[in-house]
Formats: sequence, structure tokens, C-alpha cells
Amino acid sequence: MKEKLSETSDLNVSSAKKLPPSPKVAQSSLKHKLSHSVLYLILIIVGVIQILPLVWLFLFSLKDNQEVFNLPPLALPSSPKWENYLNVWTEGNIGVYFLNSVIVTGAAVILTVLLASFVTFAITRMHWKLNKFVLGLFMVGLMIPVHSTLIPLFSFYLNIGLMDHPLAIILTYTAFNLPLTIMILLGFYYTLPRELEEAAIMDGCTVHRMFFQIILPMTAPVVATTAIINMIYNWNEFVFVNTFISSDKYKTLTVGIQNFIGQYSTDWGAIGATLVISILPILIVFVLLSNRIVEGITSGSVKG
Amino acid sequence: MNKIMSDKKIIALYTLPALILLLILIYVPIVLTGYYGLMDWDGIGPMTFIGLDNYKALISDHLFWNSAYHSLLLAIFSVLSLIIYLAISLVLASQIKGADVFRKIYLIPMLLSSVAIAQLWMRIYHPSNGVMNRFLTSIGIENPPLWLSDTSLVLFAIFVPILWQYAGFYIIIYYAALRNIPNELVEAARIDGATPFQIAYKIKLPLISGVIKVTIVLAVIGSLKYFDLIYVMTDGGPNGASEVMASYMYKLAFRTNDFGYGSAIGFFLLILILLVTYLIRKLTTSREDNVQY
Repeated sequence: MKEKLSETSDLNVSSAKKLPPSPKVAQSSLKHKLSHSVLYLILIIVGVIQILPLVWLFLFSLKDNQEVFNLPPLALPSSPKWENYLNVWTEGNIGVYFLNSVIVTGAAVILTVLLASFVTFAITRMHWKLNKFVLGLFMVGLMIPVHSTLIPLFSFYLNIGLMDHPLAIILTYTAFNLPLTIMILLGFYYTLPRELEEAAIMDGCTVHRMFFQIILPMTAPVVATTAIINMIYNWNEFVFVNTFISSDKYKTLTVGIQNFIGQYSTDWGAIGATLVISILPILIVFVLLSNRIVEGITSGSVKG
Repeated sequence: MNKIMSDKKIIALYTLPALILLLILIYVPIVLTGYYGLMDWDGIGPMTFIGLDNYKALISDHLFWNSAYHSLLLAIFSVLSLIIYLAISLVLASQIKGADVFRKIYLIPMLLSSVAIAQLWMRIYHPSNGVMNRFLTSIGIENPPLWLSDTSLVLFAIFVPILWQYAGFYIIIYYAALRNIPNELVEAARIDGATPFQIAYKIKLPLISGVIKVTIVLAVIGSLKYFDLIYVMTDGGPNGASEVMASYMYKLAFRTNDFGYGSAIGFFLLILILLVTYLIRKLTTSREDNVQY
């Protein structure tokens, strides 16, 4: 197919070449080049706008207040104050918040991806009458605004004694991330060949072994994508932690830094360092796995 | 084969854990929100049934309509900003080298928490030390605006980081859709002498109308439930000038302990979002959805 296309376009090119180059053609190619440069310029400007606030953040995280207020915003500090990072890490609870974020995010991601894989397997590969209905229940969940569930969830966790307990946020993250995770997994599961299961069953394989030893490893690429999307969501979540968690020892970074900054609202260097610490894990993951993230966001939203 | 793959016990084992979480933590709460909305309740003490009084109070609560109006404005801004994102995506998808790098750079703000974004932009808008006003004073503007403490400017000032945060998200959605358009269609139009603008308007946009519709729904819904950034940056202030529905609900429930009234707003928000989703999908369904290529 591709070869055919290139053949026909070659034909067009060669027939165009036969004509003597007219000044009009030269003019239009100049115009083309010019418009191409303008387009590039637009893209670069947009790129600079997207990055510049973060560059500024990084720069002021290495300055003291005097440099922040007296030097031009994008000037480098005379000597980078790396001690800002050390200070906020040792003085505040940032280390505790950081660890909580890692635990809560990790637990919710594993739980979500595993439960979603089970459900998607049952819906797409197994035979039962209610599968479309159950899938529908999960898909409607995509539209439910978290704020409409906040008050009942608050009183629910209060009643069962999970208020101010990490389990409350882990379970909530899992429930609210299941619909999107299932949606992304779904497309991949539909493409798995049926013969796979037939052969496995012929060989006397049980469903559980089939799921864990054949299906789950085969879906590893899409599972990785959903895991990263889940991780970003959980790492950044604010409302649930802010509502369900009150003690410092259980707070995650998003809520913790919010309180910390409230106390140090005049020390810009400390605030900058705190913010950089909170966004660094996501930025590192992004640098390493940007293709998967782009893929996950694209497939997660377009189908919705 | 069929017998093993339709084993009821295994199906239950695989679906029930997720289903139970979904029902208890999402479906039961949305029903309860409607129920609590009928109560006079402080969240801890006994509930008193007061019928539709909360909903009636809502109708005459000018603070609520104020917040609803701000949410509506955010929704309108967001939908309009889709035009900018779409234009950038058209440029990006027009066989430009390095498009991949650009769209990844654009995406970065979207990956950061709203709290970090809010804290960063509060400093960008800082009256005397922020980048914004230092730039304005450096080009000779003597009394630059106070941005977040100016009641007439605050909503626009809040919308700028929103625009910045979501740019990459919408751009990669449009980009993916535009790249899916078969090249032959665009080539054929070009040979027929169509200008790039005509090709974009008459061929590309109709072909991705389904995706555009999805993004309109996402932008409107996202705006109606917008919360984190506003909560951190202004807490709805100054004087309610940036209050939105979700922040108003949060305040009533968790600061003034008016859980019944807060629930009524939560339920209203839920119905509004489901209704808006349905209406947008209905209104934007057109012949173009049936285009096959």
C-alpha cells in the first residue's frame, strides 16, 4: 500500500519537474519557507511559555530573598543556595509527606491496576449476560464529580473509623481511578486473540493460571501506561487528602506543602525548594517515560 | 472451553471486589448526597428532615448564583481556549519536524499538582516581587494591577494558569486526531488548489468533529467542578469574586458545618454535569459524525 502511494506521488513529482521553473513557483516556495519559519516561531513561543514559569521556580529555589527581590527574575544566583533544599527537608515534615505520598500512591496504583485487570478480563474474555451492564456501571463512573461524593464519603469514613487513616484515601483513589483504568485496558484486551485461551484450556490450564501467567504478562505494556497515569493522578491529588486526613504523620505532599508554605510564606527560596521537591518525581518519570504518558492520556480521553 | 470461560464463581471473584468499591464509594455516595440535601444536618449530630427547603434556599441564595456564574464564565473561557489549542495543534500536525518534542514540552504543566501550580502562580502574580509586575514596572507601568486581590481581575488572573495547565492535554488529543486523518485526503485537496486554511476548515476540522465534541464536554465539565487551584490561590476571594460552585460547597460543608445545604449543592452539581454532558452530546450530534474515511 505504502509503495503504491509513493509511486503515484513520484509520478506527480516527475510530471511537475518537466515544466520549466517559473518565477511564480520560486516565489511560492520562498513564501512556503517563510510561513514555515513563522509556524516554527509560534511553536517555540508556546513552548517557552509552557516552560518559563518552571525555570523561574527552579531559579528562585536557589536564591535567598535578597536575590529574589533584587536580581532580575531570570538571573542566576551568585552562588546557588542548595542549602534551601537541605533546610526544608530537615526542618519541615517534607520527608514524612514524601514517604506518605509514595506509600499511598504506590498502594492505590497496584490495587487499581490489579482490580481493573480482573474486571476487564472478566468483561472482555469470559462469557456472561451482565457483562455490558457492569461495564456500563464503570463507564458512568467516569462522569461523577468527586465533589458530589465528598460529604457522604466524609461521614462514611467517620462512621467506620477510617477518618484520618491512609486506607481511606487509598480506597477512594482506587474506586475513582477504576473507570478510566478499565477504559484504557479495554481496547487492548479486545485485540488479544481468542486462540490464546483455547490453546491454554486445551492444555488443561485453569482460568487463574491463564490470567496470571498468560494474560497479565501480555498486557504489560498497557498496564504500565495505566499505572503511570494513575501514579500522576494520585501523586497530585488534593481534595480527598485535605478532607479525610488531619494528622501531620499521614499527610501527603500536596496537602503537606500547602501547610508548610503557609508557615514560611516569606522565605521564597524555601518555598521554591519545597515546590521543586514535590514536582521532581513526576518530572523524572516524565523524562523517562513520556511516550507512555502521552499514549495513556490520548487513549484515556479520546474514547471518553 | 465455554464452560470454563463462563464459570460464575470465577466471574464473581474477578468482578466483585472492584464492583463493591465502585458501588460503596461512588454510587451510594451520589444517592446519599441527594438524600442529605433534604436534611438539616451539621455532619455529626442528628439529622432533621426538612424536605426541599435546602433546594428552595439555594434558589434565592445570591452567593450560590454568584459562584454558579463564575463557574459558567470559566466554562465559556475554557471552551473558547479550545480554539487556541486547536490552532496550535493544526500547526503542530502539519508535518513539522520536532513536533513530538514540542507536544511533550507543552504537556509538562498538566502533570503537576494544582497545589504546586497555584503556589507558583501566586508568586508570579505577587504585587511587588512577582515576575508579572516586575516586568510591567520595568516597561514603565507605574501602578501595575494587584491581580489576585482585584475583584474585577481575579477570575481572569486565575484563568491564565488554567489555560497554561491544560494546553498540553488538549493539544495532544487534537494532535492524535489530526494525525489519524489519511494523507490522501489532504493531498487531493492540495492538488485541487485548496489553501492550507481551506484544508483545515473544510477537511480537517469536520473529520475530527467527534474529538472536538469530546473536548468541549471535557472542558465544560472540568470547569464546572474546578476547585483545587482556586481553593489554594484565592479561597474564592477577594469578597467572593472567584468563588465557584465546588469551592462554595466545600466552604458550607467543611467550614460552616452546614452538611445538608452543602449536599444540596453537591447534588445540584451532579445533576448539572450529567445534564450538560447529555445536552452537549445531543446538540453537537450532526451528519458529520457519520463521515467515514
